Amino acid sequence: MNRKFDIVQSRCVPLPIENIDTDQIIPARFLKATSREGFGENLFRDWRFDADNNPIADFPLNNPAYSGCVLVAGKNFGCGSSREHAAWAIADYGFRVVISSFFADIHKNNELNNFVLPVVVTQDFLTELFDTIDADPLAEVKVDLPGQTLTNLVTGRSESFDINPYKKQCLMEGLDDIGYLLAHKGDIEAWESKNR
Amino acid sequence: MIAMGKTLFDKIWDAHTVSDIAGGPTQLYIDRHYCHEVTSPQAFDGLRHRGLGVFRPERTICSPDHNIPTAGQDKPIADPVSRNQVETLERNAAEFGLTIFGIGHEKNGIIHVIGPENGLTLPGYTIVCGDSHTSTHGAVGAVAFGIGTSEVEMVLATQCILQPRPKTMRITVNGTLGEGVTAKDIALFLIAKMTTGGATGYFVEYAGEAIRALNMEQRMTLCNLSIEMGARGGLIAPDDTTIEYLRGREYAPKGAEWDAAVAYWKSLPSDADAVFDREVTFDAAEIEPRVTFGTNPGMGIGISEKIPAPPEDPAARASFEKSLEYMGFEPGQSLEGTPVDYVFLGSCTNGRLEDFRVFSSYVKGKKKADGVTAWLVPGSWAIVKQIKAEGIDRILEDAGFELRQPGCSACLAMNDDKVPAGKLAVSTSNRNFEGRQGPGARTVLAGPLVAAAAAVSGVIKDPRK
Repeated sequence: MNRKFDIVQSRCVPLPIENIDTDQIIPARFLKATSREGFGENLFRDWRFDADNNPIADFPLNNPAYSGCVLVAGKNFGCGSSREHAAWAIADYGFRVVISSFFADIHKNNELNNFVLPVVVTQDFLTELFDTIDADPLAEVKVDLPGQTLTNLVTGRSESFDINPYKKQCLMEGLDDIGYLLAHKGDIEAWESKNR
Repeated sequence: MIAMGKTLFDKIWDAHTVSDIAGGPTQLYIDRHYCHEVTSPQAFDGLRHRGLGVFRPERTICSPDHNIPTAGQDKPIADPVSRNQVETLERNAAEFGLTIFGIGHEKNGIIHVIGPENGLTLPGYTIVCGDSHTSTHGAVGAVAFGIGTSEVEMVLATQCILQPRPKTMRITVNGTLGEGVTAKDIALFLIAKMTTGGATGYFVEYAGEAIRALNMEQRMTLCNLSIEMGARGGLIAPDDTTIEYLRGREYAPKGAEWDAAVAYWKSLPSDADAVFDREVTFDAAEIEPRVTFGTNPGMGIGISEKIPAPPEDPAARASFEKSLEYMGFEPGQSLEGTPVDYVFLGSCTNGRLEDFRVFSSYVKGKKKADGVTAWLVPGSWAIVKQIKAEGIDRILEDAGFELRQPGCSACLAMNDDKVPAGKLAVSTSNRNFEGRQGPGARTVLAGPLVAAAAAVSGVIKDPRK
């Protein structure tokens, strides 16, 4: 896993579907593993492969025209189940950024905890980006985490995006929450003795 | 300075805030952590890699539920991958000194069913589990929400997680429910009104006369489905119904501790002058028995209504049409009279005694329709016992149904109970996502009464008729 995040410039894989739930990202029958590895091969399993395990040609992940480490999805991405396996599958497949106009809360946290950057854009920016990619699959975006801006490099349109300063620092320095919490265990014990 | 009133959510959140990171999340202390076999193995692995133990083992309770078969639980699980995951939880609980109600244990069941029924879930608690339906526990007046596996590891290691503070929303349902309308119908109504992402970023408090009138198990059904409108969680202020429900439960406080706890619980309801970030109000009279027609829980209608026309917005329209194509339905169509292949009563949403009472009250004296496969799956062994004590099992048997053994069952196709491709299931569970009940399975979500009507008539039917 590439943990330190800076500036990413990449082509995109478009998925212009709204309300993509985590059951689609990784179906429950693939949650039986007890390690974090290998979930990428089953990312969007039932949209990527038919019942006989043949790739479905017109699904964007199977379309050789599209590539890159940026997934662009319709609004309310990652709703439903809390399964972190969805974020593991996205990261394992090679995506480092997911762009949408809206993310479900739990999945957004899960992406951040796996060093995948969820970028929230306006619906208008998203629609234009889908149009750009549709017109030219070679189109690229630039995701600038330090500057908190996303740029459609074909149209030149830029938008700033929100991320809380703590999480931004975590992504840029490759730090995780558990490291923070372990460093503050003394505070937790002090809090417990006062409150429990 | 005038002190502003606080909401129920704020009171609990603030009482568990260890610190606030500047410009970042809250470091939140967790009172109760529930753990099942699917979302925990990688968290325990993480502890081993870091050479850590569980910080407060008495605060974590484990119960396998997703993978366990609903028949023949006395035998080893046939699917070796499922068996491995369940056995991994057993091993992890033993290694880290955690309480586990394993397969066959009298307290085993769906984690969101056994928590409240044993008094492990209490008002004023913060509760997490690697499972989005953790919102169920909000029914007693707790801040309960689902987390990812990285966060499960944080709780095991430090009893804390880092969480952005959600906004607050109050959903008030005034008036009284009509005949034949269940808590599930309230939830499906609210999700359709709010949409599947309409409460994202919020913690919801349910209030109003129609909510107050619900018993605890009905409140659990409602809070369970909070996540289906995107809410971080949902909760209901503790009241006499809550207190009477918890009194005498095994892990609930006793004696003087009970009295002190009750006094504290009574201080929790939102203050009269508390301000919510958003307020929404509905009238219970608007709600009828509900069914879903699409592939997210927000795509639902009253049973007498017709499937709406596609939305105008092109992106929303494309998703709507994809959904209807999967389900094999058309805009303008009524679902009444649609043939049903499977009926599922169960899950953390509708697998409690209340649901079996409602289902059996309808099928009593009738017969299961030929051609319908019915899975009736109690949420825990305690519920199996209650069902038998009330004679509900005999009513069901007389009507041609059989009870299965407790587990998550057909809610999510991780065990043997899968709906075959193309078949239509009326399900009391929580999600109608594509493939949720098995690849290609078509799910119509409904309450226990609509499920009962479908089971005996073989079609989707208004139970009031």
